[in-house]
Amino acid sequence: MIDGFIALYIFMLAAFTGYEVIARVPVILHTPLMSGSNFVHGIVLVGAMVVLGQADGVLEQTIGFIGVFLAAGNAVGGYVVTERMLEMFRTSGTKTKNKAEPAP
Amino acid sequence: MNTLLNHADWLIKASYFAAAFLFIFGLKRMSSPKTARGGILWAGAGMALATLVTFLYPGMHNYVLMLVAIISSSILAWYSGRKVAMTAMPQMVALYNGMGGGAAAAIAAVELFKGGAHDSIFMALGVTGGLIGAVSFSGSLIAFAKLQGLIKRAWRFPGQQVVNLLCLLAAVALGGLLVGGQLTGFGGITAFFIAALLFGILMAVPIGGADMPVVISLFNALTGLAVAFEGFVLNNAAMIIAGTVVGAAGTLLTQLMARAMNRSIGNVLFSGFGDTGAAGDAQGEITGSLKPIEASDVAVMLAYAEKVIVVPGYGLAVAQAQHKVWELCQKLVERGVKVKFAIHPVAGRMPGHMNVLLAEAGVPYDLIFDLDEINNDFSTADAALVIGANDVVNPDARSRKDSPIYGMPILNVDQAKNAIVIKRGQGRGFSGIENALFYADNTRMLYGDAQDAVGKLIQGLKEL
Repeated sequence: MIDGFIALYIFMLAAFTGYEVIARVPVILHTPLMSGSNFVHGIVLVGAMVVLGQADGVLEQTIGFIGVFLAAGNAVGGYVVTERMLEMFRTSGTKTKNKAEPAP
Repeated sequence: MNTLLNHADWLIKASYFAAAFLFIFGLKRMSSPKTARGGILWAGAGMALATLVTFLYPGMHNYVLMLVAIISSSILAWYSGRKVAMTAMPQMVALYNGMGGGAAAAIAAVELFKGGAHDSIFMALGVTGGLIGAVSFSGSLIAFAKLQGLIKRAWRFPGQQVVNLLCLLAAVALGGLLVGGQLTGFGGITAFFIAALLFGILMAVPIGGADMPVVISLFNALTGLAVAFEGFVLNNAAMIIAGTVVGAAGTLLTQLMARAMNRSIGNVLFSGFGDTGAAGDAQGEITGSLKPIEASDVAVMLAYAEKVIVVPGYGLAVAQAQHKVWELCQKLVERGVKVKFAIHPVAGRMPGHMNVLLAEAGVPYDLIFDLDEINNDFSTADAALVIGANDVVNPDARSRKDSPIYGMPILNVDQAKNAIVIKRGQGRGFSGIENALFYADNTRMLYGDAQDAVGKLIQGLKEL
């Protein structure tokens, strides 16, 4: 068990970390970052798995199943969407050079 | 046997620690364009590691159910995430975010149905997380439905805010009774979640399309917080850290977005944009007239310009014209024209959404500039090409105190030598107010769908 005050310390430090990580981000990355942080809270999947794993009876199992289903969608969907967005960030040096060749 | 359990326990704890590190490291890398692509891979590795070791968690059963849920959901999410068009990204983020909130609420629900074992502090955390998660779940689904076009209009009625407040108070009161132990059993727990879900719906329903990004971002932060709270209940450090980081980052991101629109979060949530927009109808004392122009004339103007600034807006996203626009710009660059892209913070449907669309078309990000970086450049530009943007280039925001958008930072397109506005028709923008830029002496209107109009410009350039 995490001691109450230790938990509070973790909470405070994590909050500052989140704030600092975003603090100086250019506007260009706002949407990808929102999507990326959306993926990160997909970690709820591990909690949902534990809850379903310890569920007894139809009611608990049903809700637990729904929880795992939703959480896995959050994690996987969040990852795919973020990756697709970030795939597109290139500097003009790399890919565009080939693309800029005029079509005959 | 005991040592085996201890090994598993140690492995799980170490993996969660590594996952927490990878999430923060990944997010950090995602906050710079150069390293952003690698960031999601690091975070993804953390997620995969944490999920795999969780199968070793002691005392679990229902493995079949678990695998069925994970695999079916993963396939659906993978498929939908891959297939969706870039323009539909914002609503997909809303949908996946809602799922996360729902999962947090489901965890809270199971813990409540199990009952008993926790002390009141953990009970309070669990109930709070469940409340926030449920609100985020139903609210995000409404946001998804609105952006997807399933719900067409913002729905407002007199006394709405009172009803919303009562609904929230009911949910909080029911939650309090659950924590206090006065309320137990299936009925009480169900009533609590229904009140929370209802509040999420009521909260999102009156909000208009242009404000949705801010609201999605807010729900994203709320889901993070809900996950953190459930992490306390389950004694899961990875959930506490990841959830809190997202909660804090999401809150800041929401503030940045609201600030870019010159509005407070409270303003977005509690007053519909249309309310002030309707009053703006009375103002029509704009002088000048709309001056149409032919595509071929625009092509000549652009071809012999020294510096052109492209201002893409929502119309470009709708028409999916980003590829054509980049083709046009490449033609101009070949002719020695300096081309830059100016992105307003709220262009498109989400801050950064326009950047993503341009990036999809292959526009290098070092040609793309923020409002602050480029606003002084307009006065030296020969032409500004506005494609499907309206309110973000309306000079009234600078000069007319009675305008509903007064005070919103805008792109100074009116200072360019020539402004070309590509627009579908003579209709008004999202806010429903007239745009003084369109009537200015140096503005010409090129009517048509963004994709067609830009196509004609390319054709015009080829014929020169």
